[in-house]
Amino acid sequence: MFGDKIFKYTTAFFAFFIVISFLMLIYELYKGSYLAISKFGLSFIKNTVWDPVNGVFGALPLIIGTIVVSLLSLLFSLPISIGVALVLVLYLPRKISRGLAVLIETMAGVPSVIYGLWGLYVLAPFLRENVYSVLQSMFGFIPLFSGPNYGIGFLTGSMVLALMITPIITAVTKDLLLAVPTSIKEAAVSLGPKKKELALIMIKYIKPGLFAASLLGLGRAIGETMAISMVIGNKFKLFPSSLFDTWYTLSAIIANEFLEATYDLYISSLVYIGLLLLAVTLAVIIIARIIIWRFSKVRGEI
Amino acid sequence: MSDYKIIVENVSAGYNSNIVLRNINLKIPQRKITAIMGPSGSGKSTFLRILNRLHELTPGAWVKGRVILDGIDIYDRKVNPTLIRKKIGMVFQKPNPFPMMSIYDNVAIGLKLNGIKDKKTLDEIVRRSLEIVGLWDEVKGDLHRPGTMLSGGQQQRLCIARALAVNPEVILMDEPTSSLDPISSMTIESLVKKLAEDRTIVIVTHNVQQAIRLADYVAFFYLGELIEHGPAVEVFTNPKHELTLKFVKGAIG
Repeated sequence: MFGDKIFKYTTAFFAFFIVISFLMLIYELYKGSYLAISKFGLSFIKNTVWDPVNGVFGALPLIIGTIVVSLLSLLFSLPISIGVALVLVLYLPRKISRGLAVLIETMAGVPSVIYGLWGLYVLAPFLRENVYSVLQSMFGFIPLFSGPNYGIGFLTGSMVLALMITPIITAVTKDLLLAVPTSIKEAAVSLGPKKKELALIMIKYIKPGLFAASLLGLGRAIGETMAISMVIGNKFKLFPSSLFDTWYTLSAIIANEFLEATYDLYISSLVYIGLLLLAVTLAVIIIARIIIWRFSKVRGEI
Repeated sequence: MSDYKIIVENVSAGYNSNIVLRNINLKIPQRKITAIMGPSGSGKSTFLRILNRLHELTPGAWVKGRVILDGIDIYDRKVNPTLIRKKIGMVFQKPNPFPMMSIYDNVAIGLKLNGIKDKKTLDEIVRRSLEIVGLWDEVKGDLHRPGTMLSGGQQQRLCIARALAVNPEVILMDEPTSSLDPISSMTIESLVKKLAEDRTIVIVTHNVQQAIRLADYVAFFYLGELIEHGPAVEVFTNPKHELTLKFVKGAIG
């Protein structure tokens, strides 16, 4: 009896501890960014200048950069993830697909710095020599394809991010496909569809879940720091001048500049960026949760 | 043209090391209602799912023997199961309209899978299919709402309409009324009679009364074996086997 009570209070303490630490995290971010908040207010969000020398800071280019790069990475990753999940569920024998699924889940656990190194030393030079230069020689007259070609840049960064979020989206999509009720699957099969058509019916069935899975991947892409700061080029600008241009994101600027931040307003502005990053990520995760929740309520699965 | 739509020869089936059906031989007559009856666990659902090769989708499932549909063994290596399934419609125990599709799309999906894209043709067949199942007047204003908003009985009729749309020659029904209220069940039953005018129906039921009301031909399964089969009148009035008599009288099942 007494042991039960101890167990109950210990677990309650730890559960409570998580909530408290999260609230304290928000409080600390707010406190740390207080100087910047009181100086720039909400106009920090729409200002487009980042000038540590003169003490002027604004986050709009970083916000746009973060959103564009994450959305691009989702765009690259989604078709691959859906394709891989369909192959795992519909086409491969069970034993092989189980082994592959474990491999894919392992990919999600690879430290992001390794993806960054690979992006910087393998993918970027490859794209520079074999893809971007070819595109430039063919379409160089279009501004979108002109400008300096470093290999690194926001497009390369999006590709590396895409590779990083593919495992999680694939894993969730695979689980969604496996969770399609037998009655629905049999109803579909009894109509005599080809594999491709059956796949389309199943994709249609899991669509809301797929949307939520994409948001989870997007959340990861937005928050990802190490790899993106290694391959995006870290140049503060409102918009890149071409597809191959460098750019910056909210997470990359924190990782890249916290060591150089030599005075309080500079540090405070970086913490403010952290607060914005947290807000954007939380918003995405909360929207994903709401969609999953509403979806399962409509289906009566809760 | 043979009088039999489907001829089942020496079929045994099961899952892994379990045997669910033992050496079944049965001829299913053309344009008649054949009722497969038996207590639960008798293998009647498995038997039905062998006829459109749905059984094999379950992991570990196996089938031996021959099932001949219009002179072709559907278990022949050269036969594509999707083509077989296109010829055979199926209605399940629990109504299972596609929840992500509208009423219209639920009926039209089979046609779209068959490559019919013309809007006018689709509209026409959807309307005709819904009319046959008596759903048209109830849903014609709601065609673009989800099929799952309908009542259980309506959903089951929607599923029948979905199967009908592609004009199958055979319709398999796996206890189609067991999850419905009595009034919806009666509606479905009279619909089944109407469908049998120009289609072959195989209906699984554990309800003897339903079999008596519907069937032209009856097969009685017990513990994986086909105990007795023949014209409904004979089997119900003069069963040859003791087990059949017991089941018809309600002593087992």
